[in-house]
Amino acid sequence: MIGLPHVYLLAGIFLAAMALLSARDRGNPRRHSTALFWGLLSVGFLAGDTLPAEALGAMVILLALIAGAGGLRSGVHAPVDAHVLQERADRLGHRLLLPVLLVSLLTLAIALGAGHLRLDGKPLVAPVQTTVIALGVSCAFALLFALLITRAGPREALEGGRRLLDAIGWAALLPLLLAVLGSVFARAGVGELLSGLLTASLPLELHAVALLAYALGMALLTMVMGNAFAAFPVITIGIGLPVLVSQHHADPAPLAALGMLAGYCGTLLTPMAANFNIVPVALLGLRDQHAVIKAQAFTALPLFVCNLGLLFVLS
Amino acid sequence: MTWLPLAGIGVVILGFALRMNAAMVVVLAGVVTGLAAGLSPREVLVAFGEGFRNNRFLALFLLMLPVLGLLERYGLREHAAGWIGRRRGVGLFRVLLSYLALRQITAALGLVSLGGQAQTVRPLLAPMAEAAAHAGKGDLCEETAEEVRAMCAGTDNVALFFGEDLFVAFGAVLLMQGVYANHGIALEPIDIALWGMPTAACAFVIHAIRLKRFSRRLQQ
Repeated sequence: MIGLPHVYLLAGIFLAAMALLSARDRGNPRRHSTALFWGLLSVGFLAGDTLPAEALGAMVILLALIAGAGGLRSGVHAPVDAHVLQERADRLGHRLLLPVLLVSLLTLAIALGAGHLRLDGKPLVAPVQTTVIALGVSCAFALLFALLITRAGPREALEGGRRLLDAIGWAALLPLLLAVLGSVFARAGVGELLSGLLTASLPLELHAVALLAYALGMALLTMVMGNAFAAFPVITIGIGLPVLVSQHHADPAPLAALGMLAGYCGTLLTPMAANFNIVPVALLGLRDQHAVIKAQAFTALPLFVCNLGLLFVLS
Repeated sequence: MTWLPLAGIGVVILGFALRMNAAMVVVLAGVVTGLAAGLSPREVLVAFGEGFRNNRFLALFLLMLPVLGLLERYGLREHAAGWIGRRRGVGLFRVLLSYLALRQITAALGLVSLGGQAQTVRPLLAPMAEAAAHAGKGDLCEETAEEVRAMCAGTDNVALFFGEDLFVAFGAVLLMQGVYANHGIALEPIDIALWGMPTAACAFVIHAIRLKRFSRRLQQ
């Protein structure tokens, strides 16, 4: 059965290769700490299930310290000449798109078909986190396919990958760190404290105030937690059910749907949602850390107002 | 009850405002929150370790990098750009609007993994949008090119968020159903998904208007 451990193994091997290549890159002024960073992360993927949680936790803190101290630097990457690139693009044409499309289509096919794929009567793909497993498997196949099309060696793929990884840098780790912070927030009851603060300080017996507190609470708590899924139960239990449903007789179905969407407006506005708002900044080589949030802000704000209007009318 | 655990939020806001290294800020906020909530240093380490172990899948987009890196060395971005550049009629607005519509509709059908920042925005949408803007206006300065790329990333996010919520088997819909079920209110997933439609339509219209104004501004 193919499961998360296999995909983590792939990621661990890739990161180990990145650590080795970085260690040997004399053009990188911080090649040792850069190699240490990717090497530690590689260990986290390879041995994450067996190492004690304390050791993994210490590793996370060490990774953050390396990043914070500027220990992660970009190596030197031999660029391909512009005219060579154009010549290769003309020669290979649409074939270049095939591996990219393969990732999307194969991920989809495996994720949808996982329930039916069987080997010796057992499921071929583990039934948990199927999409994530599917993505990992698809990337491996797409890499083989890309090597075939370009007739390049694996070394060139690793060097190409390292150029992108260097450009992303510590932002690669950020979605993970934020999820960790979210779980610490949840353990410390931060959401409950915030929603308690809202309910204690506002005149929620007024219907309009209660709706506004509900929508704003979803958006703001989502911005703090980086995730509307984490905010939804807190706000629903804090304001949605006791105040809006019980006292103001709101219709629960639209209340739930529109509350979650108010949270999504918050997701568009927060650096805490790193995989959507910060990773693309690195991936697209943008100098302004908040460029994606700025691009989204003037969609998110009017949308929040529309959504609030719908809340008033529908629930 | 103590307000102390909220100190972590202060650390986050201050850290982001001062533009400190985000990885450091986030870890520091976690340590502060954990200690303020009465965890021992050892328990904080355990919380961090378990969080890392359970959320490792969030870094798996890295597996896309060797594929993209290799294809980019063989002209993937040049090809995507050239393909749009040769079609004179296809402007920036049309590229971004088509992507918005396609991504939102496919996400609503549950086909979320068809796109993504690493899967489609970096290799396909961004070079195409830049080429279309280039064809409309001539040379792009780096600042404008970055604005176009940021808008590409934002378009993917808007389409994804306000599309996936319409799919009945999507995690958010099931989460809402579960939270209400725990409190004795039975909701049908299809009801929740349908109530998301008006906002999804608003999201499409608002973002489409913004894309129109954005591309018009770049033309001038």
